[in-house]
Amino acid sequence: MRVLVVAETNGERVSEKTLPAIAFAQQKAPDNFTILAIGNNLQGVEMLTNYGAQAVLTVNHPALAKPLAERYAPVIAHYAQQLGVDAIVATTSTFSRDVLARAAGLLDAPMLSDIITFESANGKLVAKRPIYSANLIGTFEVEGTPVVMTVRGPAWGKPEPKASQSPVQAVEAPAEVPTRSEWISLQGSSGGRPDLTQARVVVSGGRPLKDPETFEKYIGGLADVLGGAVGATRAAVDAGIAPNELQVGQTGKTVAPELYIAVAVSGSVQHLAGMKDSKVIVAINTDPEAPIFQVADYGLVADLYQVVPELIELLKNDKGA
Amino acid sequence: MKILVSVKRVPDPYAKITPNAAGTDINRDGLQMAVNPFDEIALEEAIRLKEAGKATEVVAVSIGGAECQEQLRTALAMGADRAILVQTDALLDAPSIAKILAAVFQREQPQLMLMGKQAIDMDENQVGQMLAARLNLPQATFASKITVENGSALVERETDNGIETIRVPLPAIITADLRLNQPRYVALTGIVRARSKPLETITPEQLGVSPQARVRLTHVESPPARKAGKRVSDVRELVRLLREEARVI
Repeated sequence: MRVLVVAETNGERVSEKTLPAIAFAQQKAPDNFTILAIGNNLQGVEMLTNYGAQAVLTVNHPALAKPLAERYAPVIAHYAQQLGVDAIVATTSTFSRDVLARAAGLLDAPMLSDIITFESANGKLVAKRPIYSANLIGTFEVEGTPVVMTVRGPAWGKPEPKASQSPVQAVEAPAEVPTRSEWISLQGSSGGRPDLTQARVVVSGGRPLKDPETFEKYIGGLADVLGGAVGATRAAVDAGIAPNELQVGQTGKTVAPELYIAVAVSGSVQHLAGMKDSKVIVAINTDPEAPIFQVADYGLVADLYQVVPELIELLKNDKGA
Repeated sequence: MKILVSVKRVPDPYAKITPNAAGTDINRDGLQMAVNPFDEIALEEAIRLKEAGKATEVVAVSIGGAECQEQLRTALAMGADRAILVQTDALLDAPSIAKILAAVFQREQPQLMLMGKQAIDMDENQVGQMLAARLNLPQATFASKITVENGSALVERETDNGIETIRVPLPAIITADLRLNQPRYVALTGIVRARSKPLETITPEQLGVSPQARVRLTHVESPPARKAGKRVSDVRELVRLLREEARVI
């Protein structure tokens, strides 16, 4: 199988979110994959050269300075056809959902979203992916190539570094990049904290945090002593306590950090869908019956307003010791 | 301005979904069905655009068996002006749905097509983008705010990196995210009025398309359960275990 990995970029820089897609390619198409990175004056391309790709293709063009699907999809479709690949792969994200599905449409290709396993047997491609809000796992058979796939980051992990460097080749954008869609602005609010989907530690808060200030003080405060990212439940986001992009769960982000601390999070099925692949889960909740305790490695039945400051203090002091 | 909205029939979002005994599909016995919640949000947005004087007609379209009339009647009761059912019992995947919707789009020639970002059954999040590609139209996915002005739409999109704003000239395909709006409850008068609104039934063949699914669901299972761990008595014990047992801090 020959694979084209589409690097996640914001038009300016390559994102580490690309790594699980490279890990997929290493496992399923060893020595037979190419990485494509699209943008303008793209930085961080060298990150892609350490994993045994046959080549890293870079397309730099002023019209590609922002990641607009209408502009990126034709570039992907063009190089997929030129290379004659069997699969086009990226890590699941809003970028890849937007751009790859459009590329699949241009190629009239079948697509599988957010896959967790992939096998090729008897000429058939078989993959598993979560369905029904991750309440179930579905097995899917696919016919026809190329197959377009987004891969669920936590299921594929990080690629193995290789001794040899992949060559970087600057290639042209296809002649007609459509320019009807226009990028206006991006309003982010990570506040200098690590990216939620990449962080080693995630601290999430729920609706009982009352207001944005309380949320920031307790959840943000705990995340900061651990060098972690901040997450939130849908209820907290809906209540205006936390910004949308912090939502963890089926309609938000999927995270799988080494440590996930759920503070005043009840643990709805939709929230669990976004974090249950975390290595170690800690739950702090006043309700001993909260479903979050059924998935937590360590549960503390307590009032967050009492124990979170204690926890922050203890971790702070220990750091100094 | 005419707006086309696609409406998928899916299990009620609050229903308990389990695999059937053979593991070939979900257990559908007595399962309540509903309009896909993201499509409901798309429909609400279309109706609001009409109420604001920005749109003149809202057309709802669904694809599937005769039972999808139920969801189209809900759409009409919410405020759609008419409905189209593309009736088929064929197995369809996202590219096939996009092909059928593209044919409906070409017949109806709307200035805007709104749909949910994904359906809550298969959670694929593909059809809107595939449709936009097939029609060679601009797309704006995961919309949390839409402003229609002077032949274009200013769309705020919910991305992993924050709220991104883009402008797309119309006609365009826009997919709705959770926070675009809060759909209205269907009023009794709406249900009564919906009965007299036109609901047309056509077949894919009449639209000149005969799509075949290349992606097939063959097995359904429950995910492996994570087992509960231990309760700790205080913060000190928690920190000690995280450090010495779990070794994550």
